Amino acid sequence: MPTPPAWAVRCPATISTMVSDRRGRLIAIAVWVVVWQIAAMTLGHGGLFLATPVQTLTALGQLLPTAAFWHRIAFSALRILAGFMLAVAGGLLLGAAGSRWRSVRVFVDPIMQLIRAMPVASFVILALLWVSGENLSVVVSFTHVLPVVYAGVLAGIADTDPQLLEMARVYRLPWIARLRYIWLPGIFPSFCESCIAAMGMCWKSGVSAEVIGLPDHSVGDALYRAKITLSTPDVFAWTLVIVVLSALLSAVAARLLRAAKVRLCGEVRS
Amino acid sequence: MSIIIRDLCKRFDGKTVLDHFSWEVNGPVVLMGPSGCGKTTLLRILMGLETPDIGTVSGVGHIAAVFQEDRLCPQLTAGNNLVLAGHGLTLRQAETELRALGFAESDLALPAGKLSGGQKRRAALLRALLCQDADTLFMDEPFTGMDAELVAQAAAATVRLTGNRPAVLVTHDETAARLLGWPVRKFLES
Repeated sequence: MPTPPAWAVRCPATISTMVSDRRGRLIAIAVWVVVWQIAAMTLGHGGLFLATPVQTLTALGQLLPTAAFWHRIAFSALRILAGFMLAVAGGLLLGAAGSRWRSVRVFVDPIMQLIRAMPVASFVILALLWVSGENLSVVVSFTHVLPVVYAGVLAGIADTDPQLLEMARVYRLPWIARLRYIWLPGIFPSFCESCIAAMGMCWKSGVSAEVIGLPDHSVGDALYRAKITLSTPDVFAWTLVIVVLSALLSAVAARLLRAAKVRLCGEVRS
Repeated sequence: MSIIIRDLCKRFDGKTVLDHFSWEVNGPVVLMGPSGCGKTTLLRILMGLETPDIGTVSGVGHIAAVFQEDRLCPQLTAGNNLVLAGHGLTLRQAETELRALGFAESDLALPAGKLSGGQKRRAALLRALLCQDADTLFMDEPFTGMDAELVAQAAAATVRLTGNRPAVLVTHDETAARLLGWPVRKFLES
């Protein structure tokens, strides 16, 4: 009987589950692509109403080598990420203040609830009155991410172990040690979760803002132009780009946050 | 230095837990009594975590404590937990004492969250005993979850590292109290 490889011996159940999960996911994606192809062929009209996967990839292949494509990506990504970073900083500050002082929470909560309930389109139209179209996605991604991060920070602070805080008090731990070893490990799980969810949201809200505000050289502008010229494959290609960018940046954010947690909280990997 | 407790009263939801309790602690002592008689409440008042309804406590300096729960930072190793609360304790000193209480090299590399109940308890005990600036020690059932051999080792370490500092060690384990050899106060006799 052949000897199984070392990795299979080490953790056979986990690895085989991961492999079968990945295979299952790839099969599911392949099935949906086939369904998409059949639907596009059934609707006909040369992909006017629904571009085929091949038309979408061809459109993407034509976009990729152009400087304008990368310029648009950089333009939108920088602004959306700026809004995201500002919202993370604001969410941390407001969440910490709201947790410390109840009056801050009472004051801030209604605005957060209002922003959460507000349709992106309404907010964009209002925001266009206050800022230029060029910076619209900064404001819109900021305002849509802020309540998510704020709620995540509040929940994280509430989850911090009160027994460890008592221990810190009895042992007279300096505030920086309390922050690193007690508060941050308590806050991190829900903060990370909210940041990863917010990363996806800020792309959706940011590009929606660009489609309405139409700043030159933005992804939203490209999407709008593709729509009015009835270039459905381009609409699909740009949508695919937005989805991939959002997933990619969410994965990067998750990895960075995990690394930050290990470094900041002195976490030991077992 | 001694801890002076005068006329301490504490009630929770109408139930009297401490009733005009007075005591003077001049060195290490063992406090014994049945569950629910108010030993932990007394320690929490001495640590400043509860306020008495009436009465005063004086002479409590810088505290180190073993709580009823282990209260270790789960992401840090046992050694780093000791250093964190050690006020100048080095990792080398911490790990030497942990090894003496039965920690293997592999245990020293684990995060505290992955240690066994008995190992966590020993780490929590050493965190209190090795706190460099503590002049008062409060220990609430510090030998819980240890077998007889470990209790003997832990008791010996407790006696050696406490020295003559005022210390109150709460236990219901008579063997542990005997091993410590400290004066015993029965709480019900208060």
